[in-house]
Amino acid sequence: MPTTQKSLLKRTVDLLKGKEETPPMIKLTDVHKSFGKKVVLNGVNLEVQRGESVVIIGGSGTGKSVTLKCILGLLKPEKGSIIVDGTEVSDASAKVHEQINSKIGMLFQGAALFDSMSVWENVAFGLMQGKKMSRKEAYHIAIEKLAQVGLGEDVAHLDPADLSGGMKKRVGLARAIASSPDIIFFDEPTTGLDPIMSDIINELIVSCVKKLGATALTITHDMASARKIADKIAMLYDGKIIWVGTVKEIEKTKNPYVRQFIAGSANGPIQMAVKADE
Amino acid sequence: MEFITLVGRVFVHFFEAAGRLGIFTSKTIYHCFTPPFYFKQILSQIIQIGFFSLPVVALTTLFAGMVIALQTYTGFARFSAEGAVSMVVLVAVTRELAPVMAGLMVAGRIGAAMAAEIGTMRVTEQIDALSTLSTNPFKYLIAPRVIAGILMLPVLVLIGDIIGIYGGYLIGVYKLDFNATSYLVNTWDFMKPMDIISGLVKASVFGFIITLLGCYNGFNSKGGAQGVGAATTNAVVSASILILIFNYILTELFFNT
Repeated sequence: MPTTQKSLLKRTVDLLKGKEETPPMIKLTDVHKSFGKKVVLNGVNLEVQRGESVVIIGGSGTGKSVTLKCILGLLKPEKGSIIVDGTEVSDASAKVHEQINSKIGMLFQGAALFDSMSVWENVAFGLMQGKKMSRKEAYHIAIEKLAQVGLGEDVAHLDPADLSGGMKKRVGLARAIASSPDIIFFDEPTTGLDPIMSDIINELIVSCVKKLGATALTITHDMASARKIADKIAMLYDGKIIWVGTVKEIEKTKNPYVRQFIAGSANGPIQMAVKADE
Repeated sequence: MEFITLVGRVFVHFFEAAGRLGIFTSKTIYHCFTPPFYFKQILSQIIQIGFFSLPVVALTTLFAGMVIALQTYTGFARFSAEGAVSMVVLVAVTRELAPVMAGLMVAGRIGAAMAAEIGTMRVTEQIDALSTLSTNPFKYLIAPRVIAGILMLPVLVLIGDIIGIYGGYLIGVYKLDFNATSYLVNTWDFMKPMDIISGLVKASVFGFIITLLGCYNGFNSKGGAQGVGAATTNAVVSASILILIFNYILTELFFNT
């Protein structure tokens, strides 16, 4: 039987079985990025399916944030393909990135709240600027989203400088989910928080992502966070994804790099760079 | 050989920096003329640059006018040409002192503040956050500041012109015993539209230089608090130097061609 007929038959069978494969929401193929002589990403391959929560783990300086920034268009990869929701973004124009980013929410490591605005204006910013919503309407949605992350209306009128680290993360999360995005990125969501607040943020992330039905991509080196948030975990080392598996699989893996990382051991094949350019 | 390498490296860095600034400038100009326009941001910057810089510009131009009247008088008295004081004050203030003093003062006040604010936004990822919220940082942060700078510096200089001339009048009338009416009539008679216009055009160019370099240095700052500090210093120093260079070039263009 010719190949095309074979594949057509397979697709029909899959359709009948309800196994039709949809294209991944995010697909990175052979992505390379360097800064001067320092190679940060050296052929990253990763697929994130629709509605899936993938966590990228890896040591400091392994290129986790660079990967996110390449997907968001904040950095341009030298080589490779990045497809987000069917659109190639690796060499896309600023306008295409603006369109794609309207489907994306992002929680930054330090929350990155605009300190010239109040809390509710921060949450409503994307709605007012990106979606041209009226101030009144955006205010109501901001209050609703703040309530979703456990913050009351009294917090809405404060300045970001008046908030604790945990509260900033919550406001950052409210801003990330404000426009009900299809994709949410979390950059080190629990860094700098105490274990209890970390767990609260992790639970909020899980509940918000589930409620929205969004695709989530998180980067972290906090294994407790990864175990709680992830459907799938990918490990980034030496500019490449060296291991991908589920939370259950990571506990059983014999990969020495992954084992060293989850054990948090100084001894093993991973040699940490002391300097930023090493 | 090492010397040649060093010289080569310096040249490469210089052209790299010039190229980067050139690209930033062309992007800024493009975004100043293409929608969307953030009018609220432009208005906020107009208040910051125009209204809040007024006291410092008023004070510097007042004393500049006063000192030029005093110095001109002591110099011209040797040739019995004291009557030219009002004319010299007028020309010096409108053509040179008001635009340059206002430019340098605003560079210190606004250029530094812009570099620090945008630099802090850069190192705390607030500029990246703007991009993820589908807002172009050039349109939202840079263009409103540059537009406000170009519009408000001439207004400041016009007010500075009046205050500077008034400073000369104060010294002329109350210290040097000129007749108040004849001082004012002399000033008015000598006044040519080109004196005022050249100062206002210079002010617009200085407004562009100050805001552009404040934004450029802030936008490209790296490495935390130290990087923001360096960006602030660079913004003020480079803007001040360029103001003096462009002041000479514009004077040549207006009056010597």
